[in-house]
Amino acid sequence: MRRIFTTEPKGLARLYLWLGLAAVIIGTLLSLLMRIHRTWPQVAMPLHGVIKPEDYLALVTMHGTLMVFFVLTVVPQSAFPNLVLPAQIGSKKMALPRLNAAAFWITSASLLVLLAAFFVPEGAPIAGWTSYPPLSAVAAAGPGQATGMDLWLVAIVLFCLAAVMGSASILATILLRRASGLTFGRLPLTVWSWMVSSGLTVIAFSALFLAAVLLLSDRHLGTSYFLPAGLVVNGIPQAAGSGSPMLWLHLFWFFGHPEVYIVVLPGMGLASSLLANFTRRPVPGYWLMVASTLLIGVLGLGVWGHHMFVSGMNPYAGTAFGLTTMAIAIPSSAEVLTWLAMMFRGRLRVNTPLLFVLGFVSFFIAGGLTGPILAQPALDAYLHNTFFVVAHFHLVMAMAGVFSIFAGIYYWYPLLTGRRMNEVLGQIHFWISLIAAYGTFYPMHLAGLAGEPRHYAQLRGPVESFAKLIPVERGITSSAFLLAAVQLVFLFNVFWSARAKVALAGANPWKATTLEWSGEEHPMTDRGPYEYGSATGRSEDFRPQWKAEKPF
Amino acid sequence: MPATFTRHTVETERKDTGFGGKPPVDRRPTGGGGGDENWDSRHSKRHGPREQLIRYRMAVFSILAADLVFFAVLVSAFFVRQSSVHIAASDNVVSDWHPLSAPPILWINTAILLLSAFTVEMARRHLFREIDVMEEWLGLGRPAVRRAAPWLVATVALGGLFLAGQWMAWRQLATQGLYFATNPNSYFFYLVTGTHAAHLFLGLGALVFAMVAMYRFRRVEMRQIAVDCTAWYWHAMGIFWLFLFVLIVFFQ
Repeated sequence: MRRIFTTEPKGLARLYLWLGLAAVIIGTLLSLLMRIHRTWPQVAMPLHGVIKPEDYLALVTMHGTLMVFFVLTVVPQSAFPNLVLPAQIGSKKMALPRLNAAAFWITSASLLVLLAAFFVPEGAPIAGWTSYPPLSAVAAAGPGQATGMDLWLVAIVLFCLAAVMGSASILATILLRRASGLTFGRLPLTVWSWMVSSGLTVIAFSALFLAAVLLLSDRHLGTSYFLPAGLVVNGIPQAAGSGSPMLWLHLFWFFGHPEVYIVVLPGMGLASSLLANFTRRPVPGYWLMVASTLLIGVLGLGVWGHHMFVSGMNPYAGTAFGLTTMAIAIPSSAEVLTWLAMMFRGRLRVNTPLLFVLGFVSFFIAGGLTGPILAQPALDAYLHNTFFVVAHFHLVMAMAGVFSIFAGIYYWYPLLTGRRMNEVLGQIHFWISLIAAYGTFYPMHLAGLAGEPRHYAQLRGPVESFAKLIPVERGITSSAFLLAAVQLVFLFNVFWSARAKVALAGANPWKATTLEWSGEEHPMTDRGPYEYGSATGRSEDFRPQWKAEKPF
Repeated sequence: MPATFTRHTVETERKDTGFGGKPPVDRRPTGGGGGDENWDSRHSKRHGPREQLIRYRMAVFSILAADLVFFAVLVSAFFVRQSSVHIAASDNVVSDWHPLSAPPILWINTAILLLSAFTVEMARRHLFREIDVMEEWLGLGRPAVRRAAPWLVATVALGGLFLAGQWMAWRQLATQGLYFATNPNSYFFYLVTGTHAAHLFLGLGALVFAMVAMYRFRRVEMRQIAVDCTAWYWHAMGIFWLFLFVLIVFFQ
């Protein structure tokens, strides 16, 4: 009991990691069901039977919601900061321990409410993780749109509350609990990332909170914020009033796009830190990296319209959003080029955490390159509802996010167990995951270019337009199974490496400089975070932040 | 309790300053003429007596920032919905937005809320008056609490009055036949006033909590924190209300 209702940040980090693990397992199983259905539509599932089209849409919805909120947000934005953020700034505690702990309890409540949607009559909602009205606003619009949709919305409202509380605690911690001497210029880049992503969380999740409240009001209180005029569902005219579904799109994506950066910024900070460590070089252009992080955060608030090019938005607005979107490529490229420069000149020490960072960089580039393509309203008009977009965000958000999560887990595992994860298993996990992830998501670009639509339960039907894509689908499905299967190696490794038999790794196994590895609270520091590289008169090639130049 | 403060190790290593720590005042008594601002000649941020206060304030401000976004998004939704039209079968552009005249009682409510901002600020300031705080900290009675309490009571009363006034505004609209789901404008009227009232309701809870805290909390700092955070929250709600008031009265 004391373990669950803890206010100690490392304990909370463990709890968040378990929660993320539960969500990722369920989310992955759902995606496998989708893959099976797309390839072999007539196969009957155990306990369920043949997947109907609405079941497929429910799978899409729940897979997206679980992964985006409870895995890609919870782990980098809640679990990791609790694990290392206080230590990285020389403190033991978060600034507001109880607020911070309450955020975890509300997150778990949110997950339970969401999962309850599977067990209500008619099952889970089918409106997708974006839940566009009117489909999401009218209970009669489809199976799962009654109770299931309500549960989804309540889960989102709870999650928003928890996210804002958690971020308030992170911001207060960074601003107020830094060790003396740990100036802003001496913060590890991970801390900068969490500062920006927490700021984004406070802004973005408040917008989503309001949107969810308005939608609940449309559903139950007879308003029409989002319900358009003349709406007829199943032959029954719905509420009067000329509400605007576009309003939902604006509110949702005003949350939804910053959310992408909430997911990926912590990974970017981690990539900079880990590349510095494993190349034994300082981060060149520390302030450039900081400025890029801030700029990504600021620009990220002004690009939401690129999700709406084909929604009937004013074309001029589309052009403006296209421009801001392409502008984000500038700070992103600055970060990527810095990482590449570090790799070129550094002596890479190849370890599993580094490999996963390289995987992160690879996915960030591969997925990022299709970003400017989709940022053109004209090109997006063709590609928007195809698998090209699915490929884009699964590479740049999902895979990059997941690989940075793996990098973080392999890197910080010694903080949790005192031991390193098994290197051989780790490398097997990495290489197969990398190949299988590309094998799963790369062909989706091609399928999308060929016109394969999103959200269709199957490609076969009276019209055989996409019959030639079925072999591609089969390949994607096999690759997805490989990707899921190799995660068992990771799970095995997590438990196998925690055995008492495994040798302890020591206090600073990666020879890192940042304060989380000092093993104790350090209320003072007098140096920057990335002092790697050999200098004359020193036996070590790094100077940790907790070693003073001269005694205090 | 020592009358002078000698610095020794036990004192500097203490994380939380309780009784016998450092007094929670801005200016530290240094025996006249200013002197060392820094009580311990070291970084004041970590170990200063006001560190905890600043931490709590920071949390309140972050959450208020989220709230600010919430209301800003609400205002923009108001304008989007206001300009939302559809094209009827007759090819006419039809808007379902019916302007409503806000009940005049809102003006009185606004005045009451502004007055309550004044009273809560008085309460807050009394808890930070240096001489009183020093006296409380030394255990010589509770002058700060005694002076602040009437102001807090007045704030609770004014806040309650404001909420009652909002309730009357809703009743007046309802007698005109304007209910929550009547037309887009009325949704927004009830939504804007309702969400704000919900926030004020929480604020009233916080005020009551602060009252209890003033008498129950053993540590002077914790009393200050309870009142200070509540006051900032209350101020923010006052400012938000001004904007929302202008919105629902003048942007019909």
